[in-house]
Amino acid sequence: MKPFSWRCIRMWQRNKDVFVKLWHSEAPGAIAEPILILVAMGLGLGAYVGLVDGQRYIEFIAPGIIASYAMFSASFECTYGTFFRMEYQKTFDAVIATPLSVEDVIAGEIFWGATRSMLTGTVILTIAAAFQLVHSPWAILIPLVCFLEGVVFASIAVFYTSLVPAIYTFNYYFTLFITPMFFFSGVFFPLSSFPEIVQNLSWIIPLTPVVHLTRSLVSGDVHFGLLWSFGLILLFAAGFFALSLVTMRRRLAI
Amino acid sequence: MAIIKTENLAKRFKDVLAVDYVNLEIEEGECFGLLGPNGAGKTSLIRMVTAVSPTTAGRIWVRGKDLERSAREAKAMMGVVPQLDNLDPDLTVLQNLMTFARYFNIPKNEARRRSTELLGLFKLEDKRNSAIRELSGGMRRRLLIARGLVNNPRIIILDEPTIGLDPQARHLVWHKLTELYAQGVTRILCTHNMDEAATLCDRVAIMNEGRILDLDAPSTLVARHVGSEVWEIEVASQERERLLAMLESRGFDFEDAGTHIYVFHVIRDDALSGIVGDGHKLRQRPANLEDVFFRLTGRSLIE
Repeated sequence: MKPFSWRCIRMWQRNKDVFVKLWHSEAPGAIAEPILILVAMGLGLGAYVGLVDGQRYIEFIAPGIIASYAMFSASFECTYGTFFRMEYQKTFDAVIATPLSVEDVIAGEIFWGATRSMLTGTVILTIAAAFQLVHSPWAILIPLVCFLEGVVFASIAVFYTSLVPAIYTFNYYFTLFITPMFFFSGVFFPLSSFPEIVQNLSWIIPLTPVVHLTRSLVSGDVHFGLLWSFGLILLFAAGFFALSLVTMRRRLAI
Repeated sequence: MAIIKTENLAKRFKDVLAVDYVNLEIEEGECFGLLGPNGAGKTSLIRMVTAVSPTTAGRIWVRGKDLERSAREAKAMMGVVPQLDNLDPDLTVLQNLMTFARYFNIPKNEARRRSTELLGLFKLEDKRNSAIRELSGGMRRRLLIARGLVNNPRIIILDEPTIGLDPQARHLVWHKLTELYAQGVTRILCTHNMDEAATLCDRVAIMNEGRILDLDAPSTLVARHVGSEVWEIEVASQERERLLAMLESRGFDFEDAGTHIYVFHVIRDDALSGIVGDGHKLRQRPANLEDVFFRLTGRSLIE
């Protein structure tokens, strides 16, 4: 792996500029959908759900909604978005002819995807707070957790993007990877509902430690055991980040 | 001193040797033309020299520095104008230049000054806030060239810079490229347009199948490979064999192109008209770079 440099900020700025210009075409969907889910599942379905410790269902799912929509943001940005820039717009070809290297471009893409996660996470956190679903000042750390989570999912998305031949291939990514994660990482029901083997397996999927962490930060149940979740997220971030730099160089520098 | 030097530079794609161990020296300040049919290896060569594509073998020096170790530094002094339009469609005309300047770490005020100046030079001032999709093909190409100059490059590399341009726009581009000479900018031009190469280039390399077949000033190449005049004989099919045999036996330098036979390096006109006789159309014209191109790379299509 070749290292990336501070110049990745230039790619990040390019994506930020475009987002600022076009935010109104993306932002409403990204905000409306989590609110709909929160209301429909939390209040609608929640009326029929009794949790063991007497917690309201909407309170239970809110931190998971934050984590999963932050995941969606980075995933869309760095699958469809990255593929568009790379294959249709040939933006990366233009940029790697300047002092930016392939690694700078890709790091810029990933950090931008992570920024999108952080923005989405922060917006939903604010909405959840308005619904009076946030009970601890520890929740102030959630944007940072979302950024780190964004690095994980942006890196996995870029890694996948570096391998795919056509844009249709992203259907698999979402139906076979992202959507299952949405349902099996403890967003909508506690992992303890599963048999023990599934419980253990679900820690392999990167969303599980994030949901665990955001849930603890929102409720204020903060303890040293969370470092295990945090470490796991860091591990996923570092591993896939490095991997995506390698596979993207293989794809772009031919 | 050569501003770009390659030593045994090679590029292999699976079982195709796209660039076949090329040694090349490009002098500072010259306009260097790279001519060759599609698939000759021009673009592969350029991509390696501009540090976007790894080499299979060999070395490259830019201003005396090994490109492998100083790619960033080399790219900072190069402007690249690609054949395929890769302008940023998410940004306006001015933003395209400003954003590109930022990739080169040019401060914002300076970037704005240069971008505005370049839009003026390439007659795009009125389009500064337009979206890329609103530009005509000619405007896009001009913007692409303007973008290649935004970092005040010491070397500009242009791949088919005037393809698809009308004659007015082509002359504007040629004029700008000639002006860069005064600033000592080294220009490297990949083209299929022989007029363009003959007009603009100090030296031209003819490339085919990954190799450089010959390299010299355009007029020298013409004199060496075809002489000053070309005789074109339009030949009737029944006479063809006899005529070819005759040219062969008299030691003429000729090329059989089916309906036409081209004769080169003719020293005495009457020697030829004697053989050809009245039955055929005979035409004499000045030799040009295209004749050299065909002589060296053949007439058949290479795919």
